[in-house]
Amino acid sequence: MTKSLSIAELEQKATEIRESIIRMLEHAGSGHSAGSLGLADIFTALYFDILKCEPKKPDWDGRDILLLSNGHTVPVQYAALAHAGYFPKGELITLRRFGSRLQGHPERTKLPGLETTSGPLGCGLSQAAGMALAMRMDKITHRWVYVVMGDGELDEGNIWEAAMLAGKYKLSNVIGIIDRNNIQIDGPTESVMPLENLHEKWEAFGWHVLEIDGNNMQEIIDACALARSIIEKPVVIIAHTIPGKGVDFMEYDFHWHGKAPNKEEAKKALNELRTLKGKIRSEHE
Amino acid sequence: MRELHLVKDVLAKDIVLEANRKGFGRGLLAIGKINENIVAACADLTESTQIHLFAEAFPERFIEVGVAEQNLATLGSGLSAMGKIPFISSYAAFSPGRNWEQIRTTICLNDRPVKIVGAHAGLYTGADGATHQVLEDIALMRALPNMAVIVPGDSVEAEKAVAAMANDHRPNYLRLTREPTPVLTTSKTPFEIGKAYVYAEGKDLTVISTGVMTYQAMVAAEHLFKEGIDLEVIHVPTIKPLDSLTILHSVHKTKKVITVEEHQINGGLGGAVAELLAEEFPVPVKRIGVRDKFGQSGKPDELLEHYGLTSKHIMAQARKMVK
Ligand SMILES: [Mg+2]
Repeated sequence: MTKSLSIAELEQKATEIRESIIRMLEHAGSGHSAGSLGLADIFTALYFDILKCEPKKPDWDGRDILLLSNGHTVPVQYAALAHAGYFPKGELITLRRFGSRLQGHPERTKLPGLETTSGPLGCGLSQAAGMALAMRMDKITHRWVYVVMGDGELDEGNIWEAAMLAGKYKLSNVIGIIDRNNIQIDGPTESVMPLENLHEKWEAFGWHVLEIDGNNMQEIIDACALARSIIEKPVVIIAHTIPGKGVDFMEYDFHWHGKAPNKEEAKKALNELRTLKGKIRSEHE
Repeated sequence: MRELHLVKDVLAKDIVLEANRKGFGRGLLAIGKINENIVAACADLTESTQIHLFAEAFPERFIEVGVAEQNLATLGSGLSAMGKIPFISSYAAFSPGRNWEQIRTTICLNDRPVKIVGAHAGLYTGADGATHQVLEDIALMRALPNMAVIVPGDSVEAEKAVAAMANDHRPNYLRLTREPTPVLTTSKTPFEIGKAYVYAEGKDLTVISTGVMTYQAMVAAEHLFKEGIDLEVIHVPTIKPLDSLTILHSVHKTKKVITVEEHQINGGLGGAVAELLAEEFPVPVKRIGVRDKFGQSGKPDELLEHYGLTSKHIMAQARKMVK
C-alpha cells in the first residue's frame, strides 16, 4: 500500500481508530479499553506507515510481520486492520460475538492479517525469534518481525527466555515494542511486580534499548526506523503510553484495563475524542 | 502376521535390544537429508534425545534454546509459521510437561504443525525417579484438538514415525523411551499415523497395547497360547487419532479387552479405548498401567514388576477374564 500520510493525517487516523475501539467495546459489552486506546498511535503508525504490508494480500511473502503478544488489546489491532483495508469496517461491531471472525482474543486461523493466536501472555517474543531464525536460515533480509508486548506481560518467564535467546543469536530483525503504560489488572505494575529498571534489564539480555513517548506519532516512526538500522543486536522500544489515552475518564486508571464502556460512557468517550483539549493534536490545529 | 513382517520369535533370547530414541535420531537425520525445511531445536538435552545427530549434520538448521521449554515450544511455533518443519526435543516431563499451555495456544489452536518429541517418558527412565518418569504426557497431549499422539513400539517403528510426522500437516507428539527394549518390527513392517496393527490374531480376548509394552503383550500371548488361551494383540502406535475400526473389528470377535501402557491408566490408551467401547460396543475392559501413583527410582524391570506391567501380569489378568 502507498504510505504517504502526514503526521497530522496519521494522528487523525489514530483518532478514528480510537472511535472504532470505543464503539466495538460498547457493542461487545466486555473487553479491554485502556491498553487498546493507549496503543492506538503505535498501531496506526505500524499499519499506515511502518510495516511493509498489502492489506489485500495478507499472505504476501515480502511483508513485515506484526505479532501482538498481549492479545487482550486486540480491539486496537482489529480496528487498525479494518481501517487499513484488511476487512470491512462494518465487521468491527461483531467483536466477541458468536460466529464472528473477531474473537475476544485474536485467532490467526479465523481472520486474515493476524499472524498468530494470542491471549495467554508471554508467548509473542519467542515466536518472533523463531520467525527471525527461519528468515536467517533462508537468507531473507529486509523483512522485520515486530512484536508488541504489554508491560504486565513482562512478568512471564517465557518473555525472558526469548529475550535471552534473541540476544544469543543477535536477531537484529526482531523489533520489540513494549506498551509501557504502568498498569496491569491488579494495579500499577510497580506494586504488582516491579519491572524497573526495565531499560537495564533488556540491555543486560543483549538488546539495544530505545525509549519513546508511545503516543507521539513522530517518535514511534523515528524509533522504528532507527531500530531497523541497528544490525548488531535485537532492538526493544520501551514505548511510554497513557492507558486509556484520548478519553479523559479512562486515562491512567487501571480499573479500565479489563472493562468496556457502557452506552453512556461510550457516548461521553466519543465526544471527548473529538473535542479533547489539545490531547489529540490534529483535532485542534 | 506375515504381511506385517515382525521378527519371527518374540521369545528368542537373542532378540535385538535398542532404545527407540535411537530410531528417532536416525530417522530425523535421514529425513533432514531429504527435506531442507526440517529444522530442530532442543532444550539442553541434545545427546540424550538423540537430536545431536541432526544438529551435527545440519548446524545451521539447529537451535539450542537452553533449559527453557516454554521458549522451545513457542520458538517452534514461530519456525513453523515461516514454513519450517520443526522437531523440538526435550524430556517428556518438561516438554510437553511444563509447556502445555504454550503447546495448546501457539501450536494447536494456532494450527502450527510443530513436532514435539518427548524423550525419557515412563518407568523406563529408571534411576532418575518419579520427577522424570512422566506418566501423564499421553493424557496431556490427547486432550488437545489438532494434536496427533504417537507412541512407537520400538526403534525401527520410531524411525518410520519421524518420516511420517514430517509429512503430517498436524502438530504431533512423539513419546520416546530411554532404555533399550526389544525390537519387534523390521524395515518392512508398515507404519502409518492413525493406524493400529494386529500383531497376533486370536479369538478369546483382545490385548490393546502401546509403546514398548507391546513386547510384554506379545510375550503373554505366546505363553498363553500354550495354555489354550488365544489372545489377539493390537499394537496401537497412534493413540490419537485412535484406529477405532481395527479395535472394534477385533472386539466384536473377542468381546473382552485388556489395555496395556506404561502410563497412568487415566487419560492414556486405556482411557481412549474405554471411551470408544463405552460408546460403541460396551464389553468388559481391564486397564493395565500405573494406577494413580507416581514412579520411583529403580531398574526398569523392578519398576515394571512393582507397578504390575509385565507379561506375567497380563497373563494373570487374561486368565481371570477367559475362564
Ligand atoms: Mg500494561
